[in-house]
This record gives sequence, structure tokens and C-alpha cells, in this order.
Amino acid sequence: MFSRGYRLAVTVPPLAWVVLFLFVPYLLMFCYSFWSVSSSQTIVHSWTFDNYRQLVTVDVYWQTLLRSMWIAARVMLFSLLLGYPLAYFLSFHAGRCKDLYYQLVIIPLWVSYLVRAYAWKTILGSDGVLNTLLQYVHLTSHPLEFLLYSPFAVVLTLTHIYTPFTILPIYASLEHIPRNLVEASHDLGASPFETFWRVILPLSIPGVIAGATFAFVLSLGDFLAPLLLGGPSGVMISNIVVSLFGAAYNWPLGAAISLCMLVLVVTLLFLSERIEKRWSFS
Amino acid sequence: MSSPDATREFGVRWLLAYTMAVFAFLYLPIAILIVYSFNGAGVGGFPPRDLTLQWYRILFQDGAIWESVGNSLLVALCAMVIALLLGIPAALALDRAAFPGKALFRRLVLLPLILPGIITGLSLLMFFNFNSVKLSLVTIVLGHGTALISVATTEVFAGLQKLDRVQEEASLDLGANYWQTFWRVTLPNLRLPIIGAALLIFTLSMDEIAVSFFLIGRDNTLPLEIWGRLRRGITPEINAISAIIFVFSMLAIVMWYRLRVRAEGSPEIAAELVETAVQGD
Repeated sequence: MFSRGYRLAVTVPPLAWVVLFLFVPYLLMFCYSFWSVSSSQTIVHSWTFDNYRQLVTVDVYWQTLLRSMWIAARVMLFSLLLGYPLAYFLSFHAGRCKDLYYQLVIIPLWVSYLVRAYAWKTILGSDGVLNTLLQYVHLTSHPLEFLLYSPFAVVLTLTHIYTPFTILPIYASLEHIPRNLVEASHDLGASPFETFWRVILPLSIPGVIAGATFAFVLSLGDFLAPLLLGGPSGVMISNIVVSLFGAAYNWPLGAAISLCMLVLVVTLLFLSERIEKRWSFS
Repeated sequence: MSSPDATREFGVRWLLAYTMAVFAFLYLPIAILIVYSFNGAGVGGFPPRDLTLQWYRILFQDGAIWESVGNSLLVALCAMVIALLLGIPAALALDRAAFPGKALFRRLVLLPLILPGIITGLSLLMFFNFNSVKLSLVTIVLGHGTALISVATTEVFAGLQKLDRVQEEASLDLGANYWQTFWRVTLPNLRLPIIGAALLIFTLSMDEIAVSFFLIGRDNTLPLEIWGRLRRGITPEINAISAIIFVFSMLAIVMWYRLRVRAEGSPEIAAELVETAVQGD
């Protein structure tokens, strides 16, 4: 029904743009990761594996990567623990308030990252809202220092920011479950818990996987919350990348780390898609 | 009342309480932030005291903030135009054209939705630097525009799935050319998804910080202006501007939601957006 001309006209401009501004930059990142910096601070365009060798041999790089993954894993876990029951309630028991609750989930999904990270900074500081509240009610006599500038603050803030990202796909997969399956399970004598465990939960796995991937991937690459709230012990891999692109001026090494993150992320997306397909209900 | 019903009732009540606790976790920090924007004694300290509007007064006299607001509005507007100009044809291409590498193309377009901003930002930084492009608001516009094509494409593509092709066929049969059909039939039918996408892209661009962080030149966007001040210390003035940002973003998102419900009749949409980003086909 659509002519060749039409199809070319809608395909070529976005394709060209995306190749120029997404594909070529990724390719360039790949190239950079094999280049090096000379002693006179210029980029040397000859190929070397040196950056990757440093990545494996210099402790601080791979240790920080591991710590970032550990932070991301905790964020993922807490987001699921907070998000799943909420999504379940929203899908099965919200009744007439469903619409309202749903909006309450998408507002924090898209409202300014910075505003929410900043809110936690004002709450967790040593003379912040929480510490002064605790002293006001005489629960503590001096400010709790571990609240701010710690991995705890980073995990808390990232969980706050990425929980809505896990709720939505879980909710979507719960909504796709045919309600007569749930009824059949009840009619056949299963208890509510059994119905949940053997019918609803398995059918919602694709949503759980999608949500978990989101929380993990986005928090793994986060650098603003650690800068704002992490302190020295909350440094994440992206912070190292930022400093390599800034004061430390080693773009090739920074590119190598970024590329590793990119590969990790794409692999995770690929895997989660596979798992989702296997579990999806059709 | 039979026993399973009683257990269920009990369970639902707990579930409701849990849900409310999670909502409190999501909203309480923002509520506190807003309360303290009226606090005469500064950002911290419990209880809040000396309620005042002076932080807003200081904010409204702060030239640098308003200049950055102007920059952000400009960037968001331009990014919205770019994302729509490319996202609408991209959605049409995904819906109607077959070409080699289509699956890859789709993944590439959607990738910035799920990719941490640092990767998009850095790869573009290297790209601009390699081509000796000076960083400025223009590079931020290009970054936002490119990253947000994903949103435009997803939204418009969802609209296309609901579109009845019969109308377009009739238009073509009656002698209209493709261009006329696009303007008079396709585009008007996609009105709501497009307005919704525009609204969402605008809001996301206004609030964006991770990509802008690497592409910033001399002129700051609002989030980066705030970021710069945060590094020097926190002031209630930042609470005040944050409260304003929150209110405006919230209004835009609620409006977008209403539009999508009107267009689709079912409120499952944001999930769709998030899901396609992961699945990519």
C-alpha cells in the first residue's frame, strides 16, 4: 500500500540521524578505548590494548566496578521488594482508585532526578531534617554521621529514584494475566497464597525481569547521586570515568571503562529479553 | 464469613498499608523539600519554623537562575522539535517499511531510554570533540534531541498500532498523493500521541542532567545551574526552585497522562514505554 518513495522518505532521515549521532559516537568510543594519551596530553591514534590491561590489573578500577555492581544489585533488590507488592495491589485490589494510584507512580518516574536526589541530601545531612528530628525527639544525642556521604545514602536515593521504573513493567505483566486463570485457581480450591505463588507470580516474571534490569542498569551507570551523596566510600565506576574525562585527562581509559559498561548493559538487556520470552504467557 | 475470605480481607488490608508506605517513601522526601522551602531557619533543623516566602523572593531576583531557565526552555523546545521531526518518520518506518537492519535500527533508537545517561553523554562528547565542534547549548540540543527520539518513536508507534489504515487507503484511492494523505489523514489521527510525546519530551529535556553534564558549554541549563550551586553548599533557595520544578513537571506529566488515556482508553501506557525500551521488538 505504501510506495517505495514513501518508505524511503520515512526511513532514510531518522536512520541517517541515528547512525550519525548514536552509532558513530559509540563506534568512536570503541576506537578511543584502543588509543592512548601521550606525555604532552594529546590523543595518540595508534592501537593498543593498554587501557584494557590497566582495567584488569589496576585494583581500583575493577574493585570499583564490582562495588558499583553490588550497589546496583542492592538497589535492584530493594526496588523489587518495594515495587512488586505495590504493583500487585494496583493491579488486583486498587478498585476505583486505580487511575489515581497509577498517576502517583508515573509522577516520580519522570519528575526531575536532581530534585529527588537533592531532597535526600537535605534530609540525610548531619544537621539535616532526619538528624535534627531524631535529636528533637531525643532518640539520639548527636547527629548520625553514616546517613550522608556513604554507600547507604547512595543505595537509599537510587532505590527512591528507580523504584517507579520497576513498578511499571511488573504492573503491566500483572495486567496481562487473564483474570479467569486466577478465578479458576480459586475455584479449584487453591488458597490465595497458592494462587499467588503458582499462578500469578510465574506469569509476572517477565515484568519482574524487565523492572530488575531497569533498576540495575540505570543505577550501575549513575554518577550524580554518588557525587552528591556518596562521599569517598560511595564512589562508583561512573565517577572514575567522569574524573578520567575531566581532571585526570585520560579519555582513552575512560572510553574503555564506558565501553565495558555499554557491553555489560547490552548483554544484560539481551539476557533479560531471552528470559522474558521464555516466561512470557502466550 | 468463611475463613479464606477472612484471610484474603486481612491480606488486602496489609497490602494497602504496604502500598501507602511505599508511596510515603516516594513522596515524603519531596514534601519535606517543599516544606523547607518556606522555612525561615534554613534547609535543615527540626521542626521547621518561621514560615516565610523570603527564599522565593530571593529566587525571583536571582538573575543567573532565570537565565538558565531561559536556556533550558530554549533547549527543551529545540530538542522537542528534533525528536518529533525524526521520531514520527521513525515510527512510520517501523510500522510500514521493511529494510535490512530494521531490528537493529529499532534497538539503536530505543537504546538511550535504558542506557545510563553517562554513556550517551560521553560518546557524544567524543564525537563532538573529534569533529572539533565547540560545546554549547547547540550540542546539548543535539544530545537531548537524539536521546529523546526514543520517546517520540514509542509514543507515535503506539498510536499507529491503533490507527485504522482504511482511512489512509481511502484517501489514496480517491486520488490524494502520499504527502496529502500524510498531512490530511495520518497526522490528524496521530494528534493526541504527538501532543503527548511533545509534552513528555519537553519535560524530560527540562529536567535532564546526566547527558547535559558532558555537553555543556558556557551557558548553563537549569539543572546544571542548580548542580553547580549544590557543589558549593545547599541553600533554601534551591528548595524553592526545586519546589517550582516539581509542580511544573507534575502538571506536565498529569496532562500527558490524561492525553494518553483519551487517546488509548487504557492507562497502561507508561509501562509500555518502559517495556519497549527493554524488549526492543
